[in-house]
Amino acid sequence: MIGLIGRKIGMAQIFSDKGMMIPVTVIEAGPCPVVQVKTADSDGYDSVQLGFEEVTDKHINKPKAGHLKKHGSEAKPRILREFRVRGAGGGEGDASALPGAGEVLTVESIEAGSHVDVTGTTKGRGFAGVVRRHNFGGGPASHGSKTGDLPGSIGNSAYPGRVWKGKKLPGHMGDVNVTIQNLEVVQVKPEENLVLIKGAIPGGPQSLVTIRPAVKKAAKKGK
Amino acid sequence: MEVLKAIEDAQKRSDIPDFGPGDTVRIQVRVREGDKERLQRFQGTVIQRRGSGLRETFTVRKVSDGVGVERIFPLHSPSIDNLEVLKRGRVRRSKIYYLRELKGKKARIREKRPPRKS
Repeated sequence: MIGLIGRKIGMAQIFSDKGMMIPVTVIEAGPCPVVQVKTADSDGYDSVQLGFEEVTDKHINKPKAGHLKKHGSEAKPRILREFRVRGAGGGEGDASALPGAGEVLTVESIEAGSHVDVTGTTKGRGFAGVVRRHNFGGGPASHGSKTGDLPGSIGNSAYPGRVWKGKKLPGHMGDVNVTIQNLEVVQVKPEENLVLIKGAIPGGPQSLVTIRPAVKKAAKKGK
Repeated sequence: MEVLKAIEDAQKRSDIPDFGPGDTVRIQVRVREGDKERLQRFQGTVIQRRGSGLRETFTVRKVSDGVGVERIFPLHSPSIDNLEVLKRGRVRRSKIYYLRELKGKKARIREKRPPRKS
């Protein structure tokens, strides 16, 4: 598996064969046509650029149209993402592991029971206080306390005479790219392009996610 | 949403008979010990049904050697091998928790008469 682009549908529950209830995130992924293939010879590293969500010509702007034409892509995807490919020997320069341009990757490339990393954009939470953003405790709720959800003291006195860098304070929260690693693939439904992955992933329904093979699991297996 | 519903609905069981609070049921539960699987029987009174869809559960209560035992089962769990309704009980509420405070003769439940055929 190289990777796939998909959209998060939402969460559901699945009974395992042992009778355990497993929380799963349902992702509609692929089909992803290979638009461009980069090799160590041509670009210095191996990777493929995948497309997702076919659109009509009207929605392809000129720069993208030129890019697609240059690489002879028949697909007209709305979204393009690049995925690094590690060769069979673990290093670069092994072109045998690369798919050809025009090839289409689907969820069938994902194996149930394997592990993946999922990247997405978290839900934006706007300007958030310290309790919501950094899990501060806040003040006492009763007994005449007037503290509420204030951050409290933010530093010392004459030394250092300033606020430390990185001090946890209120600010913008969410709407950042986050990767969740080592999620187990519970089920793959090729006829509906669906992947069921154990646990939660960033973002709301219909948000764009990318699925890659688990980096940490691959290292362990020696692949 | 329809996709999620379809995934969950596909796992629902249609072989579970209709039953409710007050009914006496016997359940054969699949128990895995090591790599062997056997059936464990649990018989008692249904004291509640809660939740909806795939997540619906029910609680069965029995008194074993004078100790009350309650087990909660997911209604659609594949661990339930079969469920048999032995007796229909006539109760006036959907959660019969009051049964926990009662024992002996007082813990009896009146049986529901089968609907008269016209």
